[in-house]
Amino acid sequence: MQKNTYLGLGLVIAVLWVLPFVLPNSYYMDLAIRMSINAIIVIGLNLLIGFAGQISLGHAGFLGIGAYASAVLPTHFGFHPLLAMAAGAAATAVIASVVAKPIFKLKGNYLAMATLGLGIIINIALRNEAQWTGGPDGMAVPAFALFGFELNSDKQWYWVVAALLVISVWASLNLIDSPFGRALRALHGSEVASQVVGVNIVRYKVSIFVLSAVFASLMGSITAHYIGFVTPNFADFFHSIELVTMVVVGGMASVFGSIIGAVLLTALPQALATFEGWETVVFGSVLMLCMIFLPKGLVPTLAAKFGKGD
Amino acid sequence: MSLLEVKDLSIHFGGVKAVQNVSFNIDAGIVYSVIGPNGAGKTTLFNLITGVYKPTSGEIRLDGEMIQGKSPNELAERGVARTFQNLQICMNMSALENVMVGAHLRLDRNLFKAALRWPSLRRRDNALREEAAELMKFVGLDQYIHARSDAMSYGVLKRLEIARALAMKPRVIFLDEPAAGLNPKETIEIDRLVRKLADSGITVVLVEHDMKMVMNLSDRILVLDYGKKLTEGTCAEVRTNPDVIAAYLGAHA
Repeated sequence: MQKNTYLGLGLVIAVLWVLPFVLPNSYYMDLAIRMSINAIIVIGLNLLIGFAGQISLGHAGFLGIGAYASAVLPTHFGFHPLLAMAAGAAATAVIASVVAKPIFKLKGNYLAMATLGLGIIINIALRNEAQWTGGPDGMAVPAFALFGFELNSDKQWYWVVAALLVISVWASLNLIDSPFGRALRALHGSEVASQVVGVNIVRYKVSIFVLSAVFASLMGSITAHYIGFVTPNFADFFHSIELVTMVVVGGMASVFGSIIGAVLLTALPQALATFEGWETVVFGSVLMLCMIFLPKGLVPTLAAKFGKGD
Repeated sequence: MSLLEVKDLSIHFGGVKAVQNVSFNIDAGIVYSVIGPNGAGKTTLFNLITGVYKPTSGEIRLDGEMIQGKSPNELAERGVARTFQNLQICMNMSALENVMVGAHLRLDRNLFKAALRWPSLRRRDNALREEAAELMKFVGLDQYIHARSDAMSYGVLKRLEIARALAMKPRVIFLDEPAAGLNPKETIEIDRLVRKLADSGITVVLVEHDMKMVMNLSDRILVLDYGKKLTEGTCAEVRTNPDVIAAYLGAHA
């Protein structure tokens, strides 16, 4: 890791450390928690989209699997929440790796369509299996308890999520700057060049797809426990789009950009609440302007401008 | 036994017979050139041997092992390296990282160790960084060790590709027009570099249009025309072959 990345990681830790002491009320605390959760999902998704150059328009589906695993398994089968979370992640890993092999024979638009379809299928399954999932109405999620200690206050959740975010940032930065990460970036830069130096490109695409899906699944579980209720909207197509937008706005192939993208786009709908009905229009305009003037995303553009890369 | 044996190799794209029944052997440690007019099938031949295309028919043996139809990454495992006529540099990575990717198969590619900053993996990676810098010096890119690849010129990137291929520690390296588009000074530098590669014991297979360079470097030459083998031999044999002269200068010359 270079000096700048250490600096960035330090900054993330410092901000997360100070935040709970300066946030005025529980509304902002809640917002900070949801920003951090999204940031972790987006970091995972950015490994796939920004670094490996692949696309997924179905990631909310994996988030849904995690969320519903944490809702259904403890409620109907008496699973411990931690075990349910692990089972959700395992199911996600299996589904993702089974579909990834045929999917990654595709490229560009076709890959986007295939992943989009996958997300929609998961969403429909969650909606229709009403006897387990509560159907479109959703279902309550039992509290998350570990060693007899129950996570219930915003403060507790904040520290858990903040710690997970720091770990995700650190691990992702490590990954990018490793033989595995270089192979990922190389297949993005030139598939044929990476192949002739020995990179098994299908294996790498599948691995990173599964890894980012598991990221989403785990955070789906966390979200479910935190909110205490799940609905099929977790796995909604528009949620997938929202996640991809966070990657793009924050900056492709930038871990810190992922955080910025997640923070901005989680805050934006809140800030737009006063526009009553015109939120979507403003939201769309912000995205369009971003695409036109900052096609590389916020963080890489600013970093290039001030001569500091991450 | 030759290092590389190609027998009756053919590939058809629809009705186009890009390479037809081409056979030749390459001995270890030599510089072997493939020449021929544009569209003769030289790059296609490279793509066939390095696994980018699958042949329609024919055999390719590396050290006696049949390798036709194997994927490029499987061939990389067997010590086959190549560069590209149209550059294939990863512009999203630094120059040094491009070279480091070349060492992919020699490293610990474990995902979890990488994410956890495993000490042995880091040590190996740091050592590789030094090694990649040495390779860049070897190909004459001393001043580009800290450069971004998208800020480098064409001629320089050509040599970066060679450095990346060398990072594989290959047994045989296929250079597809390493001097194309270079100015005379750069061509001389490539000429010297290819000589250095050959002297270091790597078998070099070269596609090149610069005849001075080809005649200067090659131990043997294969001449292709319209996807077929026209002739094969030493520089002197090829130079005086009437078919070759006809192919290059026109049939009635």
